[in-house]
Amino acid sequence: MNGELPNLLPALPELILAIGAMVLLMFGVFRGNSSFKQVSNLSILLLLVCAVVMIIEVGGDRQVTFNGMFVTDAFAVFAKTLVYLGSAVAILLSGRFLSEHGIAKFEYPLLVLFATLGMLIMVSANNLMSLYVGLELQSLSLYVLAAMNRDRLRSTEAGLKYFVLGALSSGMLLYGISLIYGFSGAMEFDVLATSLAGDEGPAIGVVVGLVFLLSGLAFKVSAVPFHMWTPDVYEGSPTPVTAFFAAAPKVAAMALLVRALINGFPGMLAEWQQIIIFISIASMLVGAFVALVQTNIKRLMAYSSIGHIGYALVGLAAGTQAGIEALLIYLAIYLTMTLGAFAAILSMRRSDGMVENIEDLAGLSTTNLPMAVAIAIFMFSLAGIPLLAGFFGKWFIFLAAVEAGLVPLAVIGFLSSVVACYYYLRIIKVMFFDESSGAFEGGHGQAVSFVVGTAAVLNSPISFLLISPLVGAAAWAAGSLLF
Amino acid sequence: MFFLENNLLSLMMIMPVIGAAILLIIRHKDQEIEKRNIRQVSLFITFVTFLMSLVLWAGFDNGTAEFQFVEQHSWIGEDISYYIGVDGISMLFVVLTAFLMPIVILASWDSVQDRVREYMIAFLILETLMIGVFTALDIFLFYIFFEGGLIPMYLLIGVWGGMNRIYASFKFFLYTLLGSVLMLVAVLYMYLQSGTTEIPLLMNYNFDVDVQNWLWLAFFASFAVKMPMWPVHTWLPDAHVQAPTGGSVILAGVLLKMGGYGFLRFSLPMLPEATIEFSWLVFALSIIAIIYTSLVALVQEDIKKLIAYSSVAHMGFVTIGIFLLNENGVEGAIFTMLSHGVVSGALFLCVGVIYDRLHTREIGRYGGLAINMKIYAVLFVLFSMASVGLPGTSGFVGEFLVLNGSFAYNSWIAFLAATGVVLGAAYMLYLVRRLIFGDLDKDDVKAMPDLSLREKLVFAPLVIVVLWMGIYPNSFLEPMHASVNALLETHFSTDTSHAAADIIVSPAGR
Repeated sequence: MNGELPNLLPALPELILAIGAMVLLMFGVFRGNSSFKQVSNLSILLLLVCAVVMIIEVGGDRQVTFNGMFVTDAFAVFAKTLVYLGSAVAILLSGRFLSEHGIAKFEYPLLVLFATLGMLIMVSANNLMSLYVGLELQSLSLYVLAAMNRDRLRSTEAGLKYFVLGALSSGMLLYGISLIYGFSGAMEFDVLATSLAGDEGPAIGVVVGLVFLLSGLAFKVSAVPFHMWTPDVYEGSPTPVTAFFAAAPKVAAMALLVRALINGFPGMLAEWQQIIIFISIASMLVGAFVALVQTNIKRLMAYSSIGHIGYALVGLAAGTQAGIEALLIYLAIYLTMTLGAFAAILSMRRSDGMVENIEDLAGLSTTNLPMAVAIAIFMFSLAGIPLLAGFFGKWFIFLAAVEAGLVPLAVIGFLSSVVACYYYLRIIKVMFFDESSGAFEGGHGQAVSFVVGTAAVLNSPISFLLISPLVGAAAWAAGSLLF
Repeated sequence: MFFLENNLLSLMMIMPVIGAAILLIIRHKDQEIEKRNIRQVSLFITFVTFLMSLVLWAGFDNGTAEFQFVEQHSWIGEDISYYIGVDGISMLFVVLTAFLMPIVILASWDSVQDRVREYMIAFLILETLMIGVFTALDIFLFYIFFEGGLIPMYLLIGVWGGMNRIYASFKFFLYTLLGSVLMLVAVLYMYLQSGTTEIPLLMNYNFDVDVQNWLWLAFFASFAVKMPMWPVHTWLPDAHVQAPTGGSVILAGVLLKMGGYGFLRFSLPMLPEATIEFSWLVFALSIIAIIYTSLVALVQEDIKKLIAYSSVAHMGFVTIGIFLLNENGVEGAIFTMLSHGVVSGALFLCVGVIYDRLHTREIGRYGGLAINMKIYAVLFVLFSMASVGLPGTSGFVGEFLVLNGSFAYNSWIAFLAATGVVLGAAYMLYLVRRLIFGDLDKDDVKAMPDLSLREKLVFAPLVIVVLWMGIYPNSFLEPMHASVNALLETHFSTDTSHAAADIIVSPAGR
């Protein structure tokens, strides 16, 4: 506006990532697909560098730049750390799978990088405009990733389905943004908050706009009733891509949702709270009940992730600082469980290729006990049974809900977790109680073993030692959200 | 010794975990030697833990109701801490747990041949969790141990269980979980209301009377399933029948006691008004349980199922005793739990002995065991009598105290509960008649050898304890007095005066 360069320091990691990704793109273009491995490794390195720069140079103080479009604070640092982690692991897991399926293209790690960049912008968005830009950068990369295995019908179908429905949701989102802007005259969250704080209550147009905005965002976190795409996309996409979908973008979209609602519409808590409560209950129930009848483990994980998003939304529904803190704890634990579970799915290989049915896990405890124990840890943790990390997530989420007076929500959540427990137990039953139907072929690679092992350790009772620092970090992050 | 004094409980909990870690690294090229080593290490570890529990008992001060052997370290945030300790109510349960574990390991010596390492690890982890339940003084910690125990037990039933093990393991897990999540909501609420998760502080916090009823019902949902009380007892016969012998012993001996312990630790002291309000409900359900399950036990054809139903009936006595809210009732309830832990454990082991020989639990397939298995017959009759409540055995003292306490409270309750004693004698004697006496006319039963040295070794401590508890119950009652008195006087002093007045001399000879 005034011709001067804005303060670039708060966005330094994003700038490094953007430029680095371009450089790697050029590198890949000149070297061709043989450079897949190098580009992958360099991409992971680049993500690590950005994470370190973010923690050391940017830090947790609240800084606003680009005319209030971009904000960084402790909350952003926490969420972005998870995003970096999820993206790096997704690239790490993909190497052998993509090579074996003949789709080891250097574009894969680059698309992950660009999607990550979009997510970082989403997390830092302080304006409805930058929100949309970040979201679209992420979504477009994800559409391509879903259709990565373009010779396989399921994969292209997944990509197309994701794209069509995603475009629809983006449309709703944009329509909502335009309504909000039209009726309130503001795009920036802080300004929106003050302009909506009047005594006469928000204009009806803003409420309608907010509903559209929430619908669009609910699609991105795959909350019911905007979850239809999730099972098909999870099932059709190549497994490492699914692992990526289930982890980092969920974190980013949740962070975006939290910041938009808490910073942008604090005065309309009563309006959005009931919507969040509804989609949270609906997600928990659909996640619990529909997953009962799944036979494909990737579809099952899709419904499981819908349910878990429902639990995380309980924290947002509480609308309190404790609720946001719980949500962040939940997301961090969810990330380790999901990445671990998908890494384990990547080890389900027979001589004729990957298998994805739950029945294929039969007797895993007799053929590969460490893997069976690791999967059991993930399943018990996802089910939220004490002794494992998943329980802490549920504890803090429902603690916040009860504190906010949402006791019925907590009761429904717990009851649906009992229903959900059944299908997690079923996987354990198949692995431990059933007769073996033949061992899996080894050779899933060290990266998969490493991720499974690390995630299993993090979710095991060792989490008793780690939970205290995590709670501290989440409290620090939630405290920065302008309460 | 100083170190031991201060960390005894933690050491008892960590010992089995260390044992499990050792089991992981035991390797030998000869499978048989490897299995033998695994069994010996497990036995050694559980035996050491048992010795530590004896140190705990010896060092326990009977004179105070305060928590002893207390350890506290901050854990999550400012409120939740690693806080453990024992008082007169919980101490003997810890000893009971540690006492049963080596017996269970010894009893599984030959009968478990498949995946021995995993079996022993599951049991050792379970021991840690069970001790944790009885010692936790932080409600969050308690919940973790209480629920966490489901995981090893689920695997034990599912992997090493009988024909219908998958159904039984799922039913066990989901039933218990469903009850517990409701308790979790109550725990969250209590934490937010009082601002603390420490059980001693919560015991003295006065919750709103209206809220108490809801909280009480939530706790009740969990403990009633765990006890189990009629009508949510149906998971128990399935789980018992399908579980391996060791699993049944621990299930009946320790896990069922968690419900009763929960009532004593949470419902009574934290929610006293609601406890009085709902005691009619507990009495009604308990009396139905006693009479109904005793009748059901009469017609069982499966030995394990019969004993499982008798467990439900005995637990009916326990719940009646607890909610009488007088000293005899509560002490009788605790004593019945301890006695039932030993006796029903012993009975399941007895079933295990003949099951290992004939591989059936059907009563009709046996008969006349007194002729060819003389020692076994003596033991079986002894434990059956202890289950019936014959004077001189452990079963008598607890039931007598509970009935005595209930006479002081309401003679109708005492009358109806006493019919349970008669029915109990009926089904146990009927079982003994069919199993031990009668003609020895089946060839495969004739071929069954009497107890081996290992089996005698398993039963010897159980016989001693059953007789000891029956002949000199004071060793077990004395540690309880101070804590039970404090519990009743602090929270129910006005309500129990009329009941306690006319029972000055208790049958224990005090």
